[in-house]
Amino acid sequence: MDLISNLALGFSVASSFANLAFCLIGVLLGTLIGVLPGIGATATIAMLLPITFQLEPVSSLIMLAGIYYGAQYGGSTTAILINMPGESSSAVTAIDGYQMARKGRAGTALAVAALGSFFAGTVSTFLVAIFAPPLTEVALKFGAAEYFSLMVMGLVMSVALAHGSVVKALAMVVLGLLLGLVGTDIYTGAPRFTMGITQYADGLNFVAVAVGVFGIAEILRNLEDEHDREVMTKNITRLFPTRQELKQMIGPVLRGTGVGSVLGILPGGGAILASFASYTVEKKLSAHPEEFGQGALAGVAGPESANNAGAQTSFIPLLTLGIPANPVMALMIGAMIIQGIVPGPNVVSEQPRLFWGIIASMWIGNLMLVVLNLPLIGLWVRLLTVPYYVLFPIIMAMCSIGVYSVASNTYDLFAVAFFGLLGYVMSKLRCEPAPLLLGFVLGPLLEENLRRAMILSRGDPTTFLTRPISATLLLLSLGVLILVFMPQIRKRRDEVFTESDA
Amino acid sequence: MSTKPKDGTDIAAGLLLMAAAGFFGWQTRALEIGTSLRMGPGYFPMVLSGVLFLLGLVVFLRAFGREDDEPFGKIAWRGILFILPAPIFFGLTVRGLGFVPALFLTSFIAAQASVRMRPVPALILALAVTILSTLIFSYGLGLPFRRFGPWVQF
Repeated sequence: MDLISNLALGFSVASSFANLAFCLIGVLLGTLIGVLPGIGATATIAMLLPITFQLEPVSSLIMLAGIYYGAQYGGSTTAILINMPGESSSAVTAIDGYQMARKGRAGTALAVAALGSFFAGTVSTFLVAIFAPPLTEVALKFGAAEYFSLMVMGLVMSVALAHGSVVKALAMVVLGLLLGLVGTDIYTGAPRFTMGITQYADGLNFVAVAVGVFGIAEILRNLEDEHDREVMTKNITRLFPTRQELKQMIGPVLRGTGVGSVLGILPGGGAILASFASYTVEKKLSAHPEEFGQGALAGVAGPESANNAGAQTSFIPLLTLGIPANPVMALMIGAMIIQGIVPGPNVVSEQPRLFWGIIASMWIGNLMLVVLNLPLIGLWVRLLTVPYYVLFPIIMAMCSIGVYSVASNTYDLFAVAFFGLLGYVMSKLRCEPAPLLLGFVLGPLLEENLRRAMILSRGDPTTFLTRPISATLLLLSLGVLILVFMPQIRKRRDEVFTESDA
Repeated sequence: MSTKPKDGTDIAAGLLLMAAAGFFGWQTRALEIGTSLRMGPGYFPMVLSGVLFLLGLVVFLRAFGREDDEPFGKIAWRGILFILPAPIFFGLTVRGLGFVPALFLTSFIAAQASVRMRPVPALILALAVTILSTLIFSYGLGLPFRRFGPWVQF
C-alpha cells in the first residue's frame, strides 16, 4: 500500500541520527518555552528561524515543528502545577488541572495530560498522512481565482476565531495585508511604501515583524507589572493513573482527538479553539457536570488531547496548499521559502522525503515527549523559579542575533523595534496580533492571485463566482462573516472567550 | 450635567486605524492605479486603504455611547525606554564594534528595563549571555559575524 511505503520512507528519514537529534532539541526547547510564561512558541520559532538556515531543510523543519508541539506539552505542565498556562492553548487545562493538583492529584493530572496528548498526536499524525495526499490532488486543480478565494476564507476564519471585537480583527487583517505589500511590486518593479529606504525594497522581513509583534510586545506587557511568580512545588506522588482513571479518560480523549483534529485544520485559532470546544463538549456530556471546575479528570483529558490533535492537523493546510492556519504555520512557510522550497501542493510529489519525514517526525517527537517529560517534570518545575528579569535580557539578545542573521540588514533591527512598539500599542488597544501576521504573510500572495485571475478572465470580476470551487469558498466566508455578526452568535462567542480567558 | 459614556480605548484604536489608512492612501498617490483588467501597483493598496479607513471609522463611531469595559492599565514606560532601543543599538554597532561588544552592551541595556535588576547582576548576566552566544552562534553554528569590529582594533 502507498500509505505504508510512504510512512516507511518518512520514518527512515526521520530516524536518521541527525534528524532524531534535531527533533529532540526541538521538543526540549519547545517544552522549555512552553513552561516559561512570557515567551510563546511563535516568538521562539521566529527567533530561531534564521539559525536553522544552516541546517538541511528536513532537519530544520523537523526541529521547528518539534518546538511547536513541545510547547503544547510544556504549557500544560505549568497550567496544572501553578495555574498559569504557559501557552494560550492550555488555558482551559488550568481550570480543572490546577484543582486536581490542589487536591493532591497533580501526578495523575500530568500523566493524563501526557497520555491523552500522545494518543491524540498518534491519531492525528495518521490523519495528516491519510488526508494530505488526496488534498494535494484537489489543490493541484486550483487556479488563481481558487487560491484567492481560499485565502479570503482563511483570513475570514482567522477573524472569526480571534478574541474580542470582530471589526478590529478585520481591520488588523487589512493592516497586515497592507504591510505585506511593502516593497517592490512584482509586475512593474515600482517600489511601494518603502519611504525611499532601499533596504526595504524586498519587503519587510517577516521574522522582524513576527519577533516584534509577538516577542517584544509580550516582554513589554510582562514588564508592566512585575511581581513574583508563586511556584508551588508540592511533591508529586503516584504519576501513573489507576485502572479506573484510565477507563474514565478513554471517552474524553477520543472525543477530544476528534474535535481537535477537525478544528485544527481551520485557519485561525486551531489548538486554542480545539481545547475550549472539547471542554464544552465534555461538560455537556458528563454525568456530573458539577465536577467541572473542581478537578474533573475529563476536563484535563479532553482539552489536552484536543489541543495536541489540533496542533498536528494544522499542518494539513500548510503541507497541501501552502496556506498557514495560524501564525506558527506562517513562520513554517517562511522557513520553507528561505530553504528554497515553494510551499504548496507540489511539495508532496517533488519533496517526498521532506513531506513524509516531517509527518513521521511528529510521531517520534510525541513519543519523545511522553518518555522524557514525565521523568523530567521536576526539572521543568525548578526552571519556573528563574525570575523574569533574568529571562528577558536573554530573549532580547536572541532576538537581535536572530533577526540580524537573516540578511545582515540593520534596517531589520529597526523594524523589530517599530513592530515591538506597534504590537504593544495594539495589545493596549485590545487588537489581536494573529490576524495581522496572517494578513502580512498572505498579502503578496493574495494580490498576485487577484491580479492573475483578473488578467485570465479579461477583467471580468465574476470569474470568482462562476468557478464552482471559488464560489463555494467565497460563499462559506460570507456565511462565516454573517454568523459572527449575528447577535446570538456574538453573545455566545463573547462568553466562550471570556471563559477561556479566566 | 451629563457626560456621555464613551470607550476611550476604541476611540484611540479607531483614530489610529484611520491614520494608518490615511498614511497608506497618501503613499499610494504616486503609484499607478491601472484598470481592473491590468491592475497597476496602486490598485490593491488603494482598495485596502479605503477598507481600512472605513473599518477604523466604524470602530471610532461605535465607541460612543458605551462604557470602556476594561481600563487601559499601566504602561511599561521603563520597558519601552530600554527594550526598544536594544535591537536598534545592536543594529547600529554590530558592524563597527563587532558581535561580542555589541551583544554585551545590547543585553546590558535590555537588562535595565526591569526595576528589579541591580547593576552588578546585570553585568554578570550580560557577560554570561555574550560568552554563551559567542560560543553557540559564532563558533558553534559558524554565523559569519566579525567578533571584534574596526572600532575596537588595537
